[in-house]
Amino acid sequence: MTACRLPKWGRIDRSRPVSFQWDGKTLQGYEGDTLASALMANGKTVLGRSFKYHRPRGIMSAGVEESGAIVSVGTGARMEPNVKATMQELYDGLSARGQNAWPSVRFDVGAITGAFGRFFSAGFYYKTFMGLPPFEWGRGTGLWMKYETIIRRAAGMGKASREVDPDSYDHMHAFCDVLVVGSGPAGLQAALTAAQAGRDVILVEQDCELGGDTLNDPDADDLIGAVKGAGIRILTRTTAFGLYDGGTAGLVERVTDHLGSPDATLPRQRFWTVRAVATILATGALERSIAFDGNDRPGVMTVAAARVYLNRYAILAGENIVIATTNDSAYATASDLVAAGAAVTILDARSDPPVAPMGVQVQAGRTVSKAIGRHGVKRVEVAKDMNGVWHFDGVLDCDLLLVSGGWSPVVNLASHRNVIPVWNDELACFLPTDSTEPVYCAGSAAGIWTREACQKSGEVAALRALGQKAEAPIAGGWDVPIKPVYEVRLPDTKPKTFVDPQHDVTGDDVRLAHQEGFVSVEHLKRYTTLGMATDQGKVGNVIGLALMAEALGVEVPAVGTTRFRPPYTPVAIGVFSGRNTGGHFKPLRRTPMHNWNIAQGAVMTDAGLWHRPWFYPRAGETINEAYVREAATVRKTVGICDVSSLGKIAVQGPDAAEFLNRVYTNGFTKLPVGKARYGIMLRDDGMVMDDGTTWRLGDQEFLMTTTTTNAARVMVWLEELLQTRWDDLGVHVTSVTDEWAAVSVAGPLSRDVIGACLADADAITNDALPFMGVAPVTLKDGTKGLIARISFSGERAFELYVPAGHGPAMMDALWPQAEAVGGCLYGLEALGALRIEKGHVTGAELDGRVTIDDAGLGKMASTKKAFVGDALRKRPELQRGDRPQLVGIFPKDRNQTFNGGALLCATDHQTGFGEGWVTAGTVSPALGHWIGIGYINGGPEAWVGESVTATDPTRGDPVEVEIVSPHMFDPKGERMHG
Amino acid sequence: MIRIDCPFCGMRDHSEFHYGGDGSIVYPALDAPTSEWHDAVFLRQNIRGRQVETWQHVQGCRMWLRVERDTMTHEVFSVKPAHAGIAKALEAKQ
Repeated sequence: MTACRLPKWGRIDRSRPVSFQWDGKTLQGYEGDTLASALMANGKTVLGRSFKYHRPRGIMSAGVEESGAIVSVGTGARMEPNVKATMQELYDGLSARGQNAWPSVRFDVGAITGAFGRFFSAGFYYKTFMGLPPFEWGRGTGLWMKYETIIRRAAGMGKASREVDPDSYDHMHAFCDVLVVGSGPAGLQAALTAAQAGRDVILVEQDCELGGDTLNDPDADDLIGAVKGAGIRILTRTTAFGLYDGGTAGLVERVTDHLGSPDATLPRQRFWTVRAVATILATGALERSIAFDGNDRPGVMTVAAARVYLNRYAILAGENIVIATTNDSAYATASDLVAAGAAVTILDARSDPPVAPMGVQVQAGRTVSKAIGRHGVKRVEVAKDMNGVWHFDGVLDCDLLLVSGGWSPVVNLASHRNVIPVWNDELACFLPTDSTEPVYCAGSAAGIWTREACQKSGEVAALRALGQKAEAPIAGGWDVPIKPVYEVRLPDTKPKTFVDPQHDVTGDDVRLAHQEGFVSVEHLKRYTTLGMATDQGKVGNVIGLALMAEALGVEVPAVGTTRFRPPYTPVAIGVFSGRNTGGHFKPLRRTPMHNWNIAQGAVMTDAGLWHRPWFYPRAGETINEAYVREAATVRKTVGICDVSSLGKIAVQGPDAAEFLNRVYTNGFTKLPVGKARYGIMLRDDGMVMDDGTTWRLGDQEFLMTTTTTNAARVMVWLEELLQTRWDDLGVHVTSVTDEWAAVSVAGPLSRDVIGACLADADAITNDALPFMGVAPVTLKDGTKGLIARISFSGERAFELYVPAGHGPAMMDALWPQAEAVGGCLYGLEALGALRIEKGHVTGAELDGRVTIDDAGLGKMASTKKAFVGDALRKRPELQRGDRPQLVGIFPKDRNQTFNGGALLCATDHQTGFGEGWVTAGTVSPALGHWIGIGYINGGPEAWVGESVTATDPTRGDPVEVEIVSPHMFDPKGERMHG
Repeated sequence: MIRIDCPFCGMRDHSEFHYGGDGSIVYPALDAPTSEWHDAVFLRQNIRGRQVETWQHVQGCRMWLRVERDTMTHEVFSVKPAHAGIAKALEAKQ
């Protein structure tokens, strides 16, 4: 190929030269070039190496269907593999490399695999590694996996960067009346018609400018200008990659991929979710190749591509050009090429071709059977049709071979909406059928080939989208019908004909798949990997189907077509995550005392979406030293813990008590005002859902608390019960989690500390506020709040609630009082130690597989009333006494420790899943040694006198343990009373 | 994206909603026998086609809705409040 840049024509800006790097060398292009056009202008022909055989590959197209010029762009963290050079706009400083080749794309050592091509046929993996010595001997071993690593490295695409993506991406949302995808003649006219009817229109174009095929025509600017002035929202460099339910389209807009030094405030790409009332698909058609010997050589490309390179980029791709065509579309290109100074010969497969344009030689009934020339086509072998069989008919010298095997309408997006394309024998392509949804195909996406008819079809689609009746133009438009040619093979030859060049799938592979019994098109696809490369079969699918049909002796429609799935073209993962990365991956919830806690030196940890104090280290303390000190201080004097993240739900209304009575396993109707009760709620299936205390504030008013992690779930559940099942109950539930700042003050001195902060210290004497009492309180500064005498730690303890904004002031009042008596602030780790000592359950124990009996709380299930989950918790399997039950765990040697997650096994049978598991472990300051909590089959009684071992083979040695009651400290609960 | 026409908030993306389940299930009384509860909780038709299901507009008005939807095409035929009293009041208003 001897491509050259012409001194005039084209849409490039000759006043703005651009320099870029290709394989380390600096080259020049112009603004308006693509990487492909710039490389072509620089005489670069071999731009990549093929997937399996490492064959040299060059530019095959001028668009998204590119299968040859697939390169890596960018450096470092911004290196992106598998970029189509035909779609990459050139910018100053762009750095690109060929891929899948060593040392370079021109001289690639890996090309040796080409000589062993027969070993790399369809199903190569399965056959070699399952059935071919010596490879199969390694089957199932580590060695076997090694082969795969080596093969994967040899075969394959470019390498992705291992660094963190440095770019940002945005998510955008939009609504419109009519979404038009594609801005060729059909799309432009459709958008204009809809806009002129007063509709809100979004027009999407994947290219950098509007126009599509009209950019080949200098007169087309009128229509583009009209569209630009019609108040249409225009998104260029934007691909509609998927159509979804309810008129939703997914778009990706490439904001800075074409810029050398983009504004740092701009996102690299934007992910648009567009909801459209109607969608018009004017997505065009892609030109197919023909499978013949060497159809993948550099210097072989589609006919339309040569026209685009000429008219948009002012590049004459060859001087001595052979065109092999099956249809009329090549003739316009031939005229343009001759006008630009090339010598053109058309081999037309049809016996009655159209009139030859001026200066073009046409040979009827002929096509190409072989392209010759390793790094660029030098000559082609011509084949002549004799009674339906191709025979050798001489050789033609050339420097460029253009091929048109026909056109395939881009029906991908329609296919996403369940439109099944139907084969049209006359046009030799799949055409979309009518959708049951307001989705309309227009232009060559509907098989309409002429400019005028495309425009008309766009108008009709717009009218239909507006709800009017209109007759669409008939598909087609060529003067002489197409004569489909899918593969050219001369008798008694064994050519290597590429069906899917990107995955190196040949015609023989398709036939082999058939021979081996793969007759379904879906199986054919998976076995040969036809259509599974980054182009998703844009080039090869139809040829593959046609060859399969031939092998089966049926027509194409009998073979069927594969459904297309999103995305239409590859989409960077980053654009889906958008800004939801790093710290923004999920929302962060802070308690009202967040800053106060931090100021006191709290180390924070995640609890669901919340950040909660984990521990408050003093100088030089490790986490272990800190939490043991904190837990010990709570038992000895007093500790203060921020519990604002607990879920809080106001349950109000005349039937509030009855509602709670149904939701909780224990009774709530008789709970007096001013009292709290610990409750457990089950799911319908009888498993424990959540636990917490509920406070009766008034006759018709309760405050329910939930665990931090289940707060949202419980809220949804209560709303579901009230709205879908018990709509006769007069109850309203409101989430008030964020309204209250909550603190737990626990320890023998807790009453003194709180009392010193209250307007009336006598409000919380043991008589005024006995265990489980609830009362309104007033702080010294006048703040009104609530206090409940409840204990998670097992100590005398209070929970004090004030309106959220008063949280820090409450801490400012409480903390000096606690500090003065040797108290401490404590975090989640100490909270955990205290509750494990008491055998109180949390999320680790209530993991959704646990019944109320398993958790040792069976006595909380009322026998006097029915409640949610009551019926199904009585299933026989859930009543078995040998189910895993909550236990405490001591190491036999009190100096040893074990981990949460360890399995509990009978010491003489340490295999399988064991007899139980450890849910949590801690140092117990109260007991002076390591303790744990967990589940074991049959509970403590079943293991009296038995030897049990905690095994945790990936983390340490087995530890012999003792199974004890879960209530390891103060089992009678004397400390929290009084 | 399934679009659900919330009777209180208007047409919204399904990502604002929380899917409940089969809306045709009539849950038995709390003191009904285990077998009745078993059938209500565990037996499902796995319908291909029109199905009544519950959705909650959890990031909107938080109302539970009864949605009639084609499980095959995702076409939504009707959306009503799940709460019978509210549904009736809304109907009377329209």
